[in-house]
Amino acid sequence: MVKGRQGQRVRLYVRGSILGYKRSKSNQYENTSLVQIEGVSTKEEVAWYCGKRIAYIYKAKSSSKGTSFRVIWGKVTRPHGNSGVVRAKFKSNLPPESMGSKVRVCMFPSNI
Amino acid sequence: MAPKKTRTGPRNPDLVPGIKKFSRSKMYHKRGLWAIKAKHGGKFPSHEAKPAAQPDVAAPEKAPKFYPADDVKKTRAKPKKNNPTKLRASITPGTVLILLAGRFMGKRVVFLNQLPSGLLLVTGPFKVNGVPVKRVNQAYVIATSTKVDISSVDVSKFDDKYFTKEKTKKAKKTEGEFFKSDEEEKSVLPQYKKDDQKAVDTALLKAIEAVPDLKTYLSARFSLRDGMKPHQLVF
Repeated sequence: MVKGRQGQRVRLYVRGSILGYKRSKSNQYENTSLVQIEGVSTKEEVAWYCGKRIAYIYKAKSSSKGTSFRVIWGKVTRPHGNSGVVRAKFKSNLPPESMGSKVRVCMFPSNI
Repeated sequence: MAPKKTRTGPRNPDLVPGIKKFSRSKMYHKRGLWAIKAKHGGKFPSHEAKPAAQPDVAAPEKAPKFYPADDVKKTRAKPKKNNPTKLRASITPGTVLILLAGRFMGKRVVFLNQLPSGLLLVTGPFKVNGVPVKRVNQAYVIATSTKVDISSVDVSKFDDKYFTKEKTKKAKKTEGEFFKSDEEEKSVLPQYKKDDQKAVDTALLKAIEAVPDLKTYLSARFSLRDGMKPHQLVF
């Protein structure tokens, strides 16, 4: 999180939730997670988000570098199916605890 | 003079295939080279050197006498060009940009110029929203359709070297100094940088105040709200 931001809090990311890993009925591939981005409901809408960076933010008991918040960075790779779900790859695979939790889909790298 | 006899055969016939009848010196005499030389004062008449002949397109290349055992790649000197990142068409000098990350995320700033490194030179202006003259990467910026007139602003003195960190000399610390706090190490913004900021901003502020509401627009920050979908927004 931002260090001691007193002023306005601005949201420059889109909320998303982690649905789970890419999987078939009995096999799962943890290197790719599935993310549902708020407000995105079709495959065509996902095109804007492809390549955008994603941050999975979680808290740890010990604080490193002055904060107990930690991040795993990743990016949107491609749409998953027809209904706006997105595949994402992270720097290191997301832990299974992340399923169902929130994720921040940033607006950079921007192309507007 | 005797009538010129047309020659019937070669001057130097073959006795046996490979062996001629007359020696070199005999042939020299027979060809009359001595007479030509005498006629031209002891030298052969010579043509001027021909200009370097253009290689015949039709002439086939001769096979080289030596082939290296392994294939050797011909290295070509590539002239390396370092071009700055291609600027998006939506970003022109005077465009209002939204910063997407960093300390000033969400702030709307005015684009001044692209530096040779590819980074964008940008200013708040400082008085309006606290963003100083700084460099920003194109990927972390959204270009809006709002433009400010910056023809009156001079940005020639800003380049990439202006923004590099100054190398602080590390004096060797004695034992006593080691335990001192680094109060002296705090970097203070040099006065010339403050002056440069003022110089850019005063010219810019005039242009901004000429447009209604632009100043308040620049001092406000951008934020996504509920129901806002970036992929449907028009900036």
